[in-house]
Amino acid sequence: MASVGKILRRTFLFGSLAVAGGVALGVWYVRKPAPNPLKPAEGETALNAFVVIDGDGVTLVAPRAEMGQGTHTTWAALLAEEMDLTLDQVRVIHGPPATAYYNSALMAEGLPNTGYDISSFQHSLGEVMGSIGKVMDLQVTGGSTAMKDGFVRMRATGAAARELLKQAAANRLGVAIDTVTTEGGFVVAEDGTRLPYTELAADTVDLEPKRVELRPREDWTLLGKTQPRIDMLEKATGTAQYAIDTRLPGMRFAAVRMAPDRGGMASFRDREALKLPGVERVVDLGDGVAVIANNTWIAERALDSVEITWANNVPHPLSTEAMMQAIEAGFETEPNSVMRDDGNAASIPDGATALEAEYRVPFLAHATLEPMNATAWLDGGTLRVWAGNQAPTFTRDACAAEAGIDPENVELTTTYMGGGFGRRGELDFSVIATRVAKAVPGTPVNVTWSREEDMTHDFYRPAAIARMKGAVQEGRAVVLDGAISSPSVSQQALGRWLGFGMSGPDRGIVDGVFNQPYGIPNYRVTGHTATLDTPIGFWRAVGYSFGGFFMESFIDEMAHAAGSDPLAFRKALTLDEWEPAITLLEAVEEMSGWTGQTPEGVGRGVAMTYSFGTPLAMVLEVRDQDGAIRITDAWLAADPGVALDPGNIEAQLTGGMAFGLSAAIGEEITFTDGIVDQKNFPDYEPLRMTQMPRCHVRILENQEHIGGIGEVGTPPAAAALANALFDLTGERVRTLPLGKRFNFFI
Amino acid sequence: MSTSLTVNGETRDIDLPDDVPLLWVLRDQLNLTGTKFGCGVAACGACTVHIDGEAVRSCQVALGDVWGAVTTIEGIGSPDALHKVQQAWVDHQVAQCGYCQSGQIMQAVTLLEQTPNPTDAEIDSAMSGNLCRCGTYPRIRAAIRAASQAQEG
Repeated sequence: MASVGKILRRTFLFGSLAVAGGVALGVWYVRKPAPNPLKPAEGETALNAFVVIDGDGVTLVAPRAEMGQGTHTTWAALLAEEMDLTLDQVRVIHGPPATAYYNSALMAEGLPNTGYDISSFQHSLGEVMGSIGKVMDLQVTGGSTAMKDGFVRMRATGAAARELLKQAAANRLGVAIDTVTTEGGFVVAEDGTRLPYTELAADTVDLEPKRVELRPREDWTLLGKTQPRIDMLEKATGTAQYAIDTRLPGMRFAAVRMAPDRGGMASFRDREALKLPGVERVVDLGDGVAVIANNTWIAERALDSVEITWANNVPHPLSTEAMMQAIEAGFETEPNSVMRDDGNAASIPDGATALEAEYRVPFLAHATLEPMNATAWLDGGTLRVWAGNQAPTFTRDACAAEAGIDPENVELTTTYMGGGFGRRGELDFSVIATRVAKAVPGTPVNVTWSREEDMTHDFYRPAAIARMKGAVQEGRAVVLDGAISSPSVSQQALGRWLGFGMSGPDRGIVDGVFNQPYGIPNYRVTGHTATLDTPIGFWRAVGYSFGGFFMESFIDEMAHAAGSDPLAFRKALTLDEWEPAITLLEAVEEMSGWTGQTPEGVGRGVAMTYSFGTPLAMVLEVRDQDGAIRITDAWLAADPGVALDPGNIEAQLTGGMAFGLSAAIGEEITFTDGIVDQKNFPDYEPLRMTQMPRCHVRILENQEHIGGIGEVGTPPAAAALANALFDLTGERVRTLPLGKRFNFFI
Repeated sequence: MSTSLTVNGETRDIDLPDDVPLLWVLRDQLNLTGTKFGCGVAACGACTVHIDGEAVRSCQVALGDVWGAVTTIEGIGSPDALHKVQQAWVDHQVAQCGYCQSGQIMQAVTLLEQTPNPTDAEIDSAMSGNLCRCGTYPRIRAAIRAASQAQEG
């Protein structure tokens, strides 16, 4: 077990600071010293701390966003475990932007290693990448990194806080520290005296943290067990506050209309719109307009009365076909990466059976149920912004630049998010709200996008094409040679965050293909960067969202070409490569009663993807019900190494699978004349309850590293479904969405 | 052009044009933000409220057309006094991002009033107009079954 003493020397700094009636405590990573988040700027009373203990209790200031994935509850449990608190004694709020919250685990996800066989050399590379994260102010929620990042850090904070509180109590009582214990928010002395943390907190300010062992797993009382989510009561009663619910005295409501083809605006006339009751202002956004009114709907309707001439300088190809041609052309370019090259994948061994296949996936929208929105208020030299965002430091800086003020003069409040899935890592909705607020200084404005604006101005999951070649012999895969072409999400998204693009190999193009735990002797994966300016961004599971489909469809095709059962075929490939993987395949085999045989009218498919440090195997069963195909059951087994909250993990795995199935069945973004064709849910139809299978989940803990949870259910879903449909119909469909070929039950 | 509405048992005078949808009256004028905006075209169910006990999409009902007493998520229970359906939602830990759940709960309350012992197919059918992007559907089903049994007992 790591100790705080060791951690403090190597990679962490610990800080404490007196606050009114108590203390703020924090532990953060360093390679070079980051500004102490506990030291407020001059004149600033708000503290960027991880834990504040004062007369009101214990507050965890979480550096990560809660967008539904349960992060806040598990982070609270990590702290409470070491502090001897009950979960309801920890209040959690979103942290303000701070460099010291940078996300070291996310940058490590960018490394070209397979992950499951990570070596100590690659671990040290991960630390170097981590310090790049700090340099870039990478306070980002994404990449399923919250638990990897918080697992040690939050417990170390809790343990250090507990020992400081014990020392403070011992000093007060004039006894030795080893004679006092902690329980439920109190330090308890041998004579039964109970001193509350809230009273002791201020005494800890001048004490030095001591070397502390983190508690071994067998002593855990909260971690490893399902906890009630701390946000559940608010979310079941409509009292949870999302950014769209921001209400301030004197606040106005605004709606926006931006160039439908992102080609800019030539001119507009607002005379008619301004005559409408309730309308107060029409604001020139440069590439569109906003209407400010006394009601969001009135503002939205008034947009119809603004006569706008668009400039039509479309920055990307006009049609889906032209975009797909650009992605095809990517194969003709020098590879962007060759992240796996085992054996000699270029030739087919004598006597082996060769096969090849091409797969395609479309652009996808995030379609978070809460449309993009933010509230901004420029008041004197201070800008206040309320936004459900996954990247607070970037958001703060972008809003400051828009307002022409220093970042220190921006107060950003990160609210609950009505879905994130990567979309809320973007800065556009916060910047646009700031632009609107600039037009009415002193007045807060809630700027809400219509669903149509949201869907047509997304940063889409890119389309991608895979050309897979392989060979099988004596029932086994002997060659796998995959090439994938896609525009680079990292280059675009990092460019928006940092103001400059990143070149170099992009793992996001080949994730889910190059790094799978399959022992194939000749195994090569090549990534190609397509030159395409269509707006793209991080979407739940990023490259794994298509890589899982490409890889697990082709592995299935190889199994059938080899005359093998698809599940037995995968077991044979994982047997000598990575034991946790074969254990998961055996789990879903047993759970689903897999026999390799299905009766008429029933199909089954299996898929497995290792992503974000966690392998997940899935079996889906489909049935033909009077000509409509229904997914009836899903069996999932995953191995996150340490299952901190099994109930929440189950919810994330099944939810992640639903997100993948939703895309696999019915989601597709297309373009005509540069404009997105899909405007609202009737055109872009997510999974509904009638389509959700019964779910059976098993969580195993056989692997060494703690893995992510929020995205890992998504990658294998489309392949498992396509494989089940092949079993049902004999037809192999290699292009998503599958609803274009099959009639699904609705 | 003041319009009088009964919302959660209280009479409220609204000074807005008659064509403003009930959703935007509730959210922007009455600050009842528990009712959510998701699509504006009755495709997602996030804005579901009750009018005279019937689940309706408030984005599709103009202020001038509201035909009865309006009940929102704030009107059926509170954190201190949960409706039995809300209690089932907490017991089954349904919500993830939570944005759709007000609408899901309002739809489920109507379902259970009209069909106290729904079959699985009846649950799916009644709830199919309410989208959840987080995929909480299995727990919604479980919570509705539990609430159904709770009202029997």
